[in-house]
Parts: sequence; C-alpha cells; structure tokens
Amino acid sequence: MRAGALSYRPSASPLHAARATAGACWALSLTVAVVLIDHPLILAAIGAAGLLAAFAAGVGRQVARTLRLALAIGIPIVLINVLVSRQGLTVFARLGDLGPFGQGDLTLEALVYGTVIALKVSIVILICALASLAVDPDELLGACRRISFRSALTASLTLRMVPLLAADSQRLAEAQQTRPDAQETGSLRRRALLLAASVGGALDRSLDVAATLELRGFAGATRVRRRRAPLSRHDLAFAASAGCMLAIAIAACFGAAARFDAYPMLRMSVSTATVGLCVAILAATLAPFISRRGIDPVRGR
Amino acid sequence: MSAILSFEQVSYRYPGAAANALHRVCLEVQEGDFCLLAGLSGDGKSTLLRAACGLVPHFHGGSFSGRVSVCGHDTREHGPAQVGAHVAVLFQDPETQLVMSSVRAELAMPLESRGQGPDEVARGVEEVALAIGVDQLLDRRTAELSGGEKQRVALAAALAGRPRLVLLDEPTSQLDPVAGEELIGLLRRLNQEWETTILLAEHRLERCLHVADRVIAMRQGGIAHDGDPRSFLTWASASAEHLQTPAARLLELACVDAPPPTGVRQARKSLRERGLLPGEPQTPAAGLAASPELVASAGAAALPGLAPERRRALARLAGLGRTSLPEPALRMRGVWHELPDGPSILRGADLSVMPGESIALMGRNGAGKSTLLRHAAGLLKPTRGRVQSSGRVALLLQNPGDYFLRERVELEASAGALARARLSDLGERHPRDLSGGERQRLALAIVTDTSQPPAVLALDEPTRGMDRGAKAALAQELRLRAQEGIAVIVATHDPEFAAACASRAVLLADGRVIADAPCAELLSGGWYFATETARVLGGHGGALLPSEGAAAIASLLAGARAA
Repeated sequence: MRAGALSYRPSASPLHAARATAGACWALSLTVAVVLIDHPLILAAIGAAGLLAAFAAGVGRQVARTLRLALAIGIPIVLINVLVSRQGLTVFARLGDLGPFGQGDLTLEALVYGTVIALKVSIVILICALASLAVDPDELLGACRRISFRSALTASLTLRMVPLLAADSQRLAEAQQTRPDAQETGSLRRRALLLAASVGGALDRSLDVAATLELRGFAGATRVRRRRAPLSRHDLAFAASAGCMLAIAIAACFGAAARFDAYPMLRMSVSTATVGLCVAILAATLAPFISRRGIDPVRGR
Repeated sequence: MSAILSFEQVSYRYPGAAANALHRVCLEVQEGDFCLLAGLSGDGKSTLLRAACGLVPHFHGGSFSGRVSVCGHDTREHGPAQVGAHVAVLFQDPETQLVMSSVRAELAMPLESRGQGPDEVARGVEEVALAIGVDQLLDRRTAELSGGEKQRVALAAALAGRPRLVLLDEPTSQLDPVAGEELIGLLRRLNQEWETTILLAEHRLERCLHVADRVIAMRQGGIAHDGDPRSFLTWASASAEHLQTPAARLLELACVDAPPPTGVRQARKSLRERGLLPGEPQTPAAGLAASPELVASAGAAALPGLAPERRRALARLAGLGRTSLPEPALRMRGVWHELPDGPSILRGADLSVMPGESIALMGRNGAGKSTLLRHAAGLLKPTRGRVQSSGRVALLLQNPGDYFLRERVELEASAGALARARLSDLGERHPRDLSGGERQRLALAIVTDTSQPPAVLALDEPTRGMDRGAKAALAQELRLRAQEGIAVIVATHDPEFAAACASRAVLLADGRVIADAPCAELLSGGWYFATETARVLGGHGGALLPSEGAAAIASLLAGARAA
C-alpha cells in the first residue's frame, strides 16, 4: 500500500462534514460494539454496516483494500487458535500425541472461535481505516490541544512529517539509482549508507522545523481555549448514531438475542430478536448518511 | 523616522566556523521600507536575517557581539519566540515551514500558541487568509498544495499575528517563475497597503528590484553598499558584476549613457529616448557612446546581434538537413507515461538530441520535464513509445544533496572527477557543508564519474537557489561538456541560464513537445519564455544575453550612422 493511501482527504460526505470529535465517537462506538459482541451474525452486520458506511463516505475502495491486510492477519489467527486451543468437543482431525503439547485434537469449536476473533480484528481494521480516511486528524488533535498543547502538536507534526520524510527517502533512493557506482557497492552497505543519509536529511529538516516552531511561539505556548461552535445536523446525527450503537451493544451484551458460546460446544441464538439487532445496527450506523444537506461539494463542509 | 530594525556593530561566528559570518554590521531599517538584500551565496544574507529574528544566536549558538534591536526588543534579552510576535520570517523551503496538516490549522497555530482566544483565532485566520489570498485553500491539506501555494500559506501563517516586519530568505528560490512573481507582488501589496516593512534576500534581483526602495549589498559578512536601486546598480557595475541585472548589463555594454535601469520598462525608455530601440525609428541622440570596437564587431556579424557560439549552433542545425545525419545520442519516440490511477504525464513526447548538442527543456510546472528526463535516464519505463540512447545517460536530479552518502567529499568521487569539478581542495570537508554551487559541482562529478564519459548528461532544474556567479560557472561547465561530444539536456525555468548554456530550446506543455527551435528563436519572441535582454529589445536579432543585445544595438547604430 502506498504511503498516504490511508490519510484523510476532505470530501463531500456527511462523515467528512461532521466535526472530528463526532466522527471519532461514532467510529469508537462501532469498535466498542465489536469488542463487546461475539455473535458472528451480529459481527457480520457491523462489518457490513462499516463497509457500506465507507462507500457512503466515498472511501469504499480504499477501505475495501484494507480487507486484504485483515485477511493476512485473520488467517493466522484462525490457524493458531485451531492448533493451540484444547477446548471444544467436536473433533474433526486428530494429529496424535504432540509430546509436551499433549494430544493434537483439532476441534470445530476452536475453528469457529478463531474465525470470530479474526472477524473482530478485521472489522476493527476496517473501522480504523474508515476513521483515518474520513475524520480530520488535525481537528481531532486540535481538540486534544485543549488538554495538552505540546503533546497534541507533536502528534500533529508527526502526521505532517512522516509522509514528507518518506518522500525524501524515495527521492534519495532515486538519486542513488542514477549514480554510476550504483551496482558496485554491496546492497546491504548501500542500504546502510542510504539510511544514514535519510537520517541526516531528517535531522536537517527537523532543525528547520524547530526554527519555524520557535518563531511561531511554540516555546511560550499555553493551553488552547475551547471554541463553542454550533452543532451541525451531521454532528448531531453521528453523535446520536454513536449513542444508539452503544445502547445496542450493551443490550446485545447482556441480552439473550446475541448469545454465543464457542466452548465447550457451539451455541448460538438465532431468533427474530437477533435479526432485529442486525437491522438496528445497520440502521443506526447508516442513518447519519441519509441527509447530505449543507455539504459543500468542494470543501466537504 | 523610527528604526524598526537596527544592527549596531554586529559580528557573529557559527559554532566551529573559522571565520565570521557577520562582520561589524551596522544597519537601520525604517518602518515601511522595502529593502532588498543582495549578495552572493555565503556572503551572510541568511545569517543577517536570522540575527534579525533572534535565531542567531539563541537557536544556532556561536559567538555574537554587538546589538540587534527589533521593534524595540534587544535580541540578546528576547528570544525568537518573543521577537517572533513582531516579526514574520519566511525561509527558502516551504516544506519545513508548514507544521500542520491543514491550511486552517496552520494559520491558527501561531495565534493559539500565543494564547489568543477562540474568537480572536477565528477572526485572525479569516483576515489573514483574505489578505494573502489563501482563503480558497483554507480547507485543503498542506501536503497537497503546490510549491507556490505552500509558500503563500507559510507567509500567511507568519503574518497571522500582524507583525510589522517581514524577513524573507530567498523565498522564491524553490518556486517556478509564475509563483515567484506572485509572491513578490504579494509582498509589494503588503508594503503598499499596510506599510509592512520588508527585508528580502534574493538572487534574481531583476525580479524584485523595481519594487524595492533600497538595496543592501553584502560581501563577506559586511555591508558593501546601501542605497537606492539605481545607486546599487551603479555600484554593482563597478564592484560586483554578478549582481548586475541583465537590463543594466545590456545598457552598460552598449555604452548607453543613461541611469542604470531597474526593470525592462526603464531600459526600453532609455533606449527609446536615444533612438536605439530596435523596430522604432532610429535617431541616434546625445548621450550615446557606443565603442568603436563594439560597432565594428557588430558590423562584422553575419547574423546581427548573435554570439559566435549561437551562430555556429544555428549553422549546424541548418546544415543537418543537407548532410547525412549522425546517430542521435538520445532518441525518444512517442513516449507516453500514464499513471495507473491518474492522468498521463507524457503524451507521445518526441525528442532527438545529437552528440555535442545542448538543449534547454522548458515549460511550466507539471508540463512533464522531470518525467521526460527520468525516462531518458531509464528511471521510468514508458507505458508506450521508445527511448534509445547511444550510451549511458547521466542524470542530475533537482537536489544535489540527495547524491551524498559519505562523510567526506573525497570519498564521493574519484580524484580526477573532483579535480575537474575544482573540488580537490575541499576533499576533507563534509559534502553537506559545501555551498550551493559546490554541492552542484560535486553532484555533477558523482554522476559523470566513469571511465567512459556519458553519452547524455541530463540536469533537472540545476540552478535553483544558485547565485548568478554559480550559474555562470555551471553554464560554462555544460558548454565544455557539450564541446567534448556529450549531449546535454537541461530542464530549467530560467531563460537566462537556458540562453547561456543551450543552443536549442524545447518547450513542453501537457506532456507534449509544442515547440522545438534554436534558443535565439524560441527565447526571444515569447511573452513568458524570454530573457530580460530579449524583452528589452523586443526580440530583435535573436539577442538573448546582454553581450548579444549590446552587439545588436551597436549594429543598429552602425546602420544608422551609415544611413
């Protein structure tokens, strides 16, 4: 994946138009729901809701691409859980005596539970990708500056400088390719030299940035006071959606409709209430995307 | 009149340096002045600006004596953060002056860090954005801005706190000419409409001399001249030839007895008054004193006003059609570069360069110049079309520092290559400690350091941030390489440099070659791609450089006398 492929860009969508804190709370509520709920059907509903929300926010393709990463992480999780877990009663393969690891019995329960964990990780990755593409990090860090000005500013600087230094390194590597001795020096030694040059360049840049910060009054910085801006319809919609999602997650966690036990035997409730929960999750997640009023097609605000 | 900035006997030496960067500088800048700081690289312009904002000595360390007072604050007692509340500073590289990810956050940051309330911040951002003309950029990401936009946003951020003094260190050196002109225009507006005091260090003086009230010339850390632009040009004519503007040099070489011009309009006016403006009725008037040698040389010229090298190039091009063509050193046929998720950067570009020929590749930003050079050097593969070369293509990219990997100059290239680059004496130095011109020479030595000379030498914007002396030296070096049979291709925005080092110019637009002609033809008749000499003379006789222009004027004079 290219550097900067998952960085925020203004776009004309309700999620982009909402203030960063509302967008972040909405994404956080989805993540909390994923953590609290184990039921595969409801998790699938959250995943589908997240993906549909990404398309509604105009970043569906980029988010869908992150599913490759999720797959790369998910498959080992399933495999490891099947091999390591000694719980579950439904054995589908016997590997025999594995010495200090005991009997190598592979169970269906371990396979399903591993899949559920992988699903959870995949959905969290999807939601994080959506948030990083559609929630303005500067605005979010601006809100954090009210708590700790310097820490938030340092985080902002990192966000700004990492892609810049990556571009510097790419430029350096390109220049090295044009040197006549590019093939002569051993690749390991050349990489080490290149790394040293990149670090040297980064230090040069950091000096200039430090001088700029000094002149902009960073040394005497004080805590930023809060600006009371009126809530837009999109702020309200995403805040309400986040509240609904948390309520659904808590209800699902303690209610019978989302009951799921992997061990010792698979038990999963599938009822009208379960389907209702899935529909409620989809509705709560996607409702803020219905209204697109008041969004500038260019500025995304 | 109150001095907004004053230097009293200021001397300064960087930590570990052998000599002073500033030496007994005495200077006063009055409120509302537009001052230009002139000088060659290493003469102390940047250090003076850094001393004026308190970065010297607070940020850089070193030994400092004397007193600098800015808006009533002594920089020995007040650090850059305090001085920064009254002074805006803009450096060369816009990338390192933007610290936030969005333009709005960038403009708000200096106000917030000085403890202003949310309403004041909102108002300040709105005001400065409108004043500097970046209001359309407020919701853009800083990483997505062009170089010119970045520099304007950095200036807006520096001005957000309404400082009375603006210090600028070669702010246009990384910009294309259009963005550079826009920035100078903006500074002029700031000065005229808000009486903001401007102190601007710049190499391309012709770009900003006409807007300055005063020029301060520096030499070896001291003030060598301080006066109005015309007195500066008179001084430069006698003492610092490399600081002269092309128009002033033209009139001097043509021995026109007129005050040195600070721009094209003044130069044309002086010539017109003396009946010497080509294309207008000639009535040689008083005050004209062209030397007999100049008149004689111009009279002897087969192509009036053209330098012998350019005449040879034209003759060679004319002769190419009649004789059998040699194999080109580089041939590009229908080269396309189509991005996987984006537009086409090159759209069927064609280019042939013969051995020993030097060409200037020109065009606005994004026209495809750099991409074309990367294809020539094999760094990129065309999505369609062919690139053939008769040997190695040595490519020198924009930033010479990117070529340096080792701790000492002598480890970067062979002794022979360093000797040719006149860097043998600097073998023990760290490459990053070299001046701009020396860095460029070292990078050139590195890319051409092979037993067999390259067939093609390609350079991408090699003059960015260079002073006129270093540019002249580089042009001379490139002419020598061409004489050795190497095909030289230079991508540049600088028509004067193109005229000095190339015989042919190729104009790119939207990834296509839209013009391919001798420099004398292409750089003399355009609105934009034209040297200052050509603009003064209206493109007469294809004269591009002051010496050629002077010869053209002399031939005009000879013709008028004969008539």
